[in-house]
Amino acid sequence: MGKTIIEKIIQGHTKEEVKPGKIVWMDLDIRSARDFGGPNVVKNYEKEYGDSPVADKKKTFFTFDLCVPPSSLKYADNQQICREFARRQGIEVFDVDMGIGSHVLMEKGLAQGGSTVVGTDSHLNILGAVGSFGQGMGDVDITFAFKTGKTWFEVPQTVKVLIKGSFSSPTTAKDLTLCILKNLGTKKAALKAVEFYGEAVRGLDLPGRITLCSMVTEMAGIIGFIPEFGDSLQTEIENLSGTKFSPYKADEDCTYSDTVEIDVSGLFPQVAAPFSPDNVQDISELKRVKIDSGFIGSCTNGRTEDLALASQILKGKKIKEGVTLKVVPATKRVYKEILERGILEDLFLSGAIISSPGCSGCAEGHIGLTGEGEVQVSTGNRNFAGKQGKGKTYLASPAVVAASCLTGHITNPEEI
Amino acid sequence: MEKSSISGRIWVLSDDKNRLIEDIDTDQIYHNALLHITEISQMGQYALGNLEGWKDFSKKARPGDIIVAGRNFGAGSSRQHAVGCFISLKIGLILAPSFGAIYFRNAVNSGFPVLRCHVLDDLVAKKALETGDEIKVNFRSGEGLNVTRNTQFKAEPMSAVQLDIYGADGLFNYGKRINKG
Repeated sequence: MGKTIIEKIIQGHTKEEVKPGKIVWMDLDIRSARDFGGPNVVKNYEKEYGDSPVADKKKTFFTFDLCVPPSSLKYADNQQICREFARRQGIEVFDVDMGIGSHVLMEKGLAQGGSTVVGTDSHLNILGAVGSFGQGMGDVDITFAFKTGKTWFEVPQTVKVLIKGSFSSPTTAKDLTLCILKNLGTKKAALKAVEFYGEAVRGLDLPGRITLCSMVTEMAGIIGFIPEFGDSLQTEIENLSGTKFSPYKADEDCTYSDTVEIDVSGLFPQVAAPFSPDNVQDISELKRVKIDSGFIGSCTNGRTEDLALASQILKGKKIKEGVTLKVVPATKRVYKEILERGILEDLFLSGAIISSPGCSGCAEGHIGLTGEGEVQVSTGNRNFAGKQGKGKTYLASPAVVAASCLTGHITNPEEI
Repeated sequence: MEKSSISGRIWVLSDDKNRLIEDIDTDQIYHNALLHITEISQMGQYALGNLEGWKDFSKKARPGDIIVAGRNFGAGSSRQHAVGCFISLKIGLILAPSFGAIYFRNAVNSGFPVLRCHVLDDLVAKKALETGDEIKVNFRSGEGLNVTRNTQFKAEPMSAVQLDIYGADGLFNYGKRINKG
């Protein structure tokens, strides 16, 4: 019997026969921990395993991205706990200058098609964008992964999501993602792997794939893959990571638990209203929403192309008086690219604040927080009550955030 | 001979209509106001402390007792306390039709026995399984025996992985064991 993509990846990392519902021991290609979770991993490790070496220091990493550089003493302490453990063990640290760990793993070619990667980031399944099985776990699991290079996993069922129709500018991959989230909710893909098919996803570039795969977490899914792609994606990934891109494809006779069809023909920009990412509306249905601030960044929309899209709208204009726009590149590499391409200058001259790379507001430890009563429009992936502060957060594309910061209310970029 | 079965007196977590309570979440099992507690021995007194009708569970339970729960037991947060509180009370086993994904992971990693059993709703509805019954479950084969009524039922056996970790008394110990080889 044929296998789905997740079944193939797991089968490539275990001697046991893989089938949905079965729990197997799985070898891990990369084991990582962040400045959240990481200190607990160190504490667990030293309590249980003393100063014995990790299973493979070349496959083990710390990625600091939550509160970088630290703005609280707690994070400063926690990062130093991880650094000192890493020095003792000979483990590489992607430190406070490097940006979001999951993105750094893709840029460094550490997360490759068909590989298995774990870390203390609930959005690590973003790695599905490059065909890798990324999975966020707790500190007990990650401690064990550091020590043994293994984890156990229940092979998930796979749901096939067929996206019908196509859309055009100013609608983006983020709007597509929000539309899919609206349709799947948090039940249809719960605890399952997802394979996305159809013209609208086949044509997505890597940043677009990152956006869609990152929000499989909000769909309550295990991981999402976009198996079909054009030649340009191959070149894009190889240029970024310096590694060859050859992800798995599902067998024709594999078994899906369900097939869901979603029509996105002529899709308009979408907005997720507070306080749930699947509370998605067409921007035209939204009543006038006055904003205090905008945020562009996060693992979902912090790539160079996301920032470039925003700068195209903002170039030569000024953001509305009384509105602040915060821009956070996903990684140091993105920062360099926006600097070299003049994007940073365009954003700065429009009035935006550009900070050093990292997770920002989602992690409650960097810029992008809201005060009580504040209304923020954000390119992030979560808008739960209290997540980024007491304010209200609307989720949208970089184009919608940029347009909204010019007018002072949530705005369709077409109106600019 | 290695241990292969668990027996004990059961508590059926049912509502006033004799139905198993579904979706019991981690706040009902162990409330988030108590997360500052880190000693497992301190957690038992709060087990099910926020579940309507069961708030006095920790006073009634005896070591070795078995919990029979409804679908999606342990939904919600990742807190290890929601497993620790039952370890603290020396509960022998939790049986449920299904568990929250993270809860199941946490229980297995702690070496705490949890088994899925799809016939529970039916048995409880027919009053063929009631609080106070003595049961015995072979976790290698999944065969269950209601000793009080001399009737049989079937649960899902532990997977090979679950047996490995249970046999080592937890994930960390299992890690020590496999690293010696």
